[in-house]
Amino acid sequence: MNSAAVSVGIVSPQRFHSVAPLTLQNGSVLDTYELVYETYGTLNTDKSNALLICHALSGHHHAAGLHQEDDAKPGWWDACIGPNKAIDTNAFFVVSVNNLGGCHGSTGPRSINPNTGKTYGPDFPHVVVKDWVNTQAALADHLGIDVFAAVVGGSLGGMQALQWSIDYPDRLRACVAIASAAKLSAQNIAFNEIARQAISSDQDFNEGRYFEEEKNPDRGLGLARMIGHVTYLSADGMGTKFGREVKSGDFDAGYDVEFQVESYLNYQGRAFTQYFDANTYLLMTKALDHFDPARETKGDLVSAFQKATCKYLVLSFSTDWRFSAARSQEIVDALVRAKKNVASAVIESEHGHDSFLLPIERYTNALKTFLDQLLIMQKGESE
Amino acid sequence: MTLRGDLALITKLINADARVLDLGCGTGDLLASLQAEKNVNGYGLDKDPTNIQVCLSKGVNVIEQDLDAGIANFADDNFDMVVMTDALQAVRDPRGLLREMLRIGEECVVTFPNFGHWRCRAQLGLRGHMPVPKHLPHHWHNTPNIHLCTTQDFERLCHEENFRIIQRRVVNTPYREHWSITLAPNLMASHAFYRLGRPS
Repeated sequence: MNSAAVSVGIVSPQRFHSVAPLTLQNGSVLDTYELVYETYGTLNTDKSNALLICHALSGHHHAAGLHQEDDAKPGWWDACIGPNKAIDTNAFFVVSVNNLGGCHGSTGPRSINPNTGKTYGPDFPHVVVKDWVNTQAALADHLGIDVFAAVVGGSLGGMQALQWSIDYPDRLRACVAIASAAKLSAQNIAFNEIARQAISSDQDFNEGRYFEEEKNPDRGLGLARMIGHVTYLSADGMGTKFGREVKSGDFDAGYDVEFQVESYLNYQGRAFTQYFDANTYLLMTKALDHFDPARETKGDLVSAFQKATCKYLVLSFSTDWRFSAARSQEIVDALVRAKKNVASAVIESEHGHDSFLLPIERYTNALKTFLDQLLIMQKGESE
Repeated sequence: MTLRGDLALITKLINADARVLDLGCGTGDLLASLQAEKNVNGYGLDKDPTNIQVCLSKGVNVIEQDLDAGIANFADDNFDMVVMTDALQAVRDPRGLLREMLRIGEECVVTFPNFGHWRCRAQLGLRGHMPVPKHLPHHWHNTPNIHLCTTQDFERLCHEENFRIIQRRVVNTPYREHWSITLAPNLMASHAFYRLGRPS
């Protein structure tokens, strides 16, 4: 089978320019903003097969396919999105958007503030998950999509899917939250704070105005990524992948030994600085930390879900300790108490939090079956 | 769809729009039928990946959870009916689980294979081997059934716990009732079905 047969093929990003002023949750207003997005598959005539992908911390709009024939890697969720894949582009019209505040083309810290003519940088307003959901809804309006068949996301993306079900209960039929949480644990916030400190203590950070001096806090941002990366893998997974294998050096020759795991992490850290913006990293981790839909209902998650009408699928992974199965169970328990339709599965995998990006058979089967079932039911209802 | 006899019996007991929790829901047949016919808000717990996959294909609310880890995550009085078919004998703490079922649900329905059946008695008593009757086809070394009981044992437990026995049905292996079974249930029934209520 050649790769074109299992891929959405060559895709091109599109732009949505909103001229309606956007009031963010913190009160600040963006007079205009742009979102960059991609779509895969075809919107059917009654516009009932649209599916929104929400990305995680370091994600973006390019979720599937290739931009150019010779791209080294496809979109970040190509394992799950494509013809006959879990998110089947033969059946669904998939919309994948780079979130506001991102660094891959949507308005964010790297954009020019129209009021000052200067790069926003650290002055870009603080955005939260609710803001993202509002802008995604504006994009849906622009595309003529009243109701999504499903809103799907992993990790921080799962949080957006949950927020969708609460804020726009009539605009989605299903919510899929994968390796996610209804709010972060103290330990999880702690890891984010270490990552932020790594960035802000870099001497090139310049209080977020590194671009003014044409510098970049590469060491800090790379370190933040390394910390994140360790928490996305499991101890066993790392053991299997790297063990104590040595990349270079010799134990007999002294201390100058580099383990494979060190080399790998250093590479990941360096590579990240080439495509990610430090201010966006700070913004995204803050949005993660602040997410808590139950804050509006005095800490009661059951009440927070009360208005929701969609079906839910909640998936988690056995060795994910950053967004553990117990966090997903909290979502499920609240949904059951709120009398919402929900299915859940805990997928056996040694790959920790990263599992949600991988083509794990039981995982992709469960996701595909749930999504395909939605269309079957929908068809049944309309007949 | 033709339901297994015990499941058809349970379906009759459940009111429209009820909230039902099915412990060890297997491939979700009971819930799928309740959802379709009675608009029931039902959830099933199971731990088997294959069963869960089948449930998803039926659009059943299946939740991956191991009954042996307890069901403390469910709130008091959250369900009208908690059902457990053919799983009591395979769980680690049947007494604790029964208490939990009546904490979560107003009523519960429990079905289990009767170890007091004459075939069990004959195979052990006369032939001297662990019983492998039609209704309990596993051998001693591969059985998942670690807490087998007779209807007499079960009723004794209900008495000790003050569970109210609202209804009892005893059947043979194709889940049919017969006057001979009603006459001597602990000897003649291969399966028993109990509908229980909280202590009055």
